[in-house]
Amino acid sequence: MKNMSLKSRKIKEYFIEKIILISGIISIVFVILIFIFLLKEGLSLFKTISLKDFLFGKLWYPISEPPKFGILSLFLGSIWVTLGAIVISFPLGIASAIYISEVAHLKIREFLKTGIELLAAIPSVVLGFIGMTTLVPLVRKMFNLPTGLTALSGSIMLAFMAIPTIVSIAEDAFYSIPKRYKEAALALGATKWQTIWRVLIPAGFPGIVAACMLGIGRVIGETMAVMMLTGNTAKIPKSFFDPARTMTATIAAEMGETVRNSEHYFSLFAIGIVLFIITFIVNLIADIYIHKELK
Amino acid sequence: MNPKLSEKIFFTLFFLATLLIVVLVGSVIVIIIIKGLPVISWKFLTTVPTNGMREGGIFPAIIGTVYLVLMTIIFALPVGVFSAIYLVEYSADNILNRLIKLAIINLAGVPSIVYGLFGLGIFVIFLGFGASILAGSLTLAIMILPVIITASKESLEAVPKSYREVSLSLGATKWQTVRYSVLPNALPGILTGTILGISRAAGETAPILFTVAAFYLPRLPQSIFDQVMVLPYHLYVISTQIPNIKSEYTYGSALVLVALVLMLNLAAIILRSRYRKKQ
Repeated sequence: MKNMSLKSRKIKEYFIEKIILISGIISIVFVILIFIFLLKEGLSLFKTISLKDFLFGKLWYPISEPPKFGILSLFLGSIWVTLGAIVISFPLGIASAIYISEVAHLKIREFLKTGIELLAAIPSVVLGFIGMTTLVPLVRKMFNLPTGLTALSGSIMLAFMAIPTIVSIAEDAFYSIPKRYKEAALALGATKWQTIWRVLIPAGFPGIVAACMLGIGRVIGETMAVMMLTGNTAKIPKSFFDPARTMTATIAAEMGETVRNSEHYFSLFAIGIVLFIITFIVNLIADIYIHKELK
Repeated sequence: MNPKLSEKIFFTLFFLATLLIVVLVGSVIVIIIIKGLPVISWKFLTTVPTNGMREGGIFPAIIGTVYLVLMTIIFALPVGVFSAIYLVEYSADNILNRLIKLAIINLAGVPSIVYGLFGLGIFVIFLGFGASILAGSLTLAIMILPVIITASKESLEAVPKSYREVSLSLGATKWQTVRYSVLPNALPGILTGTILGISRAAGETAPILFTVAAFYLPRLPQSIFDQVMVLPYHLYVISTQIPNIKSEYTYGSALVLVALVLMLNLAAIILRSRYRKKQ
């Protein structure tokens, strides 16, 4: 009797360990599956259209006759909007990470962190809607434009959305710097600011880079807010005051109207491949810098 | 420049940057509450959309969101927790472990619209689920997996080594040790991660666009193969596709969504800070 129960327990343990192992590697399986399914649908486009025409074609007319599937204007739309968001969010995010981790009093530190965490939680469709009713009219009036639906409006909102990522990762980086670095600098008579500038920022630099890369990843992949704010004109923007259309918004706006297994349908998956590769690289760089910091 | 003076200038700048962010966050929330609250009523919350979705009635969208999120958690929670158990308790520090961590980071970084494409390709078309609660919740489950794994992993790591040693020395097997002495102590952290995952799933729009969300569907779902209305998509629809809608009603829907998501997040934050104090 006792042996039986021991045996059945061993069998149970064996199965549970297998389930745990499968769950462990499932993340790898999903990453591979995502890539395979994007390729499976996306690569069909290149039976009829060359990769060069897809990547460098300036015209995106997916439903005219003959259709054009050049994503250059969409790619540059994403780049413009992302650059704008970088210019706004990097300085603000890093400055506030320094303030929260090194300057603010302990009591308000938690309050500020919670406030920024809540920002990360607000759904992007809500921020898109708020942007439509407040930011877009503001941009239109301030710069006297025919429409406020511009790359600039998208950039401002995206910067706002990237800031929580940048602040929390950069703050972690400052937090993980050994205390003795700071104490040594202060003991030598450096001011707090000199310590931050000469000691903490260089020591935390890999973490700051990682924070910025993850911020970029967030911005490039953002869909809803961008679609609602940038005007969605598939033309290469000449300035921040032009409407722009990003790769993400194109997929979201057009997939609903495509015919399954048409060139248009395949082309949206092909854009998905481009997005997947870009974010993969950006996240890989972030990961490398995070590990540098640990050493 | 005088070091004291430059310190003052820079710290003031940093303070202003932080203040700007916090004030903007605060005003976004305040605007939504002030403009949305007047239309919130029992009727607004519990009836189907009226007058071409121009006058509220968001009951089907609320129920749809609840169903979708529940299903998402049913899929994501066990897999996420087991995955964290593997990483912390079972795996060696080898190349596989490193690859899994890299995969988790990448899952966390895949754009939400790409999840939408993937869900469409695999669940809606390849596996033939159609646009349905099942397809949508599986898509969302994969998306929030990194959130749950990361939170569970951190809380498992925080359980002292001695707990495991005592249990093993008393003759318990590896799994018994994990099940009865590690997991109960990691539970608050896992719960925090789960709530954050729920909140993320409840607010996302892009992954559900082609996998489950219905434009207008005034009845409640009968099975997991039904499409449903969902709050974030409903908000997108009424703010971009419905002409002549009074903005109060759009703000009302936005308020319900934000309230749902922020309450979940506050719960997670409170739970986490209590748990940390205990430790």
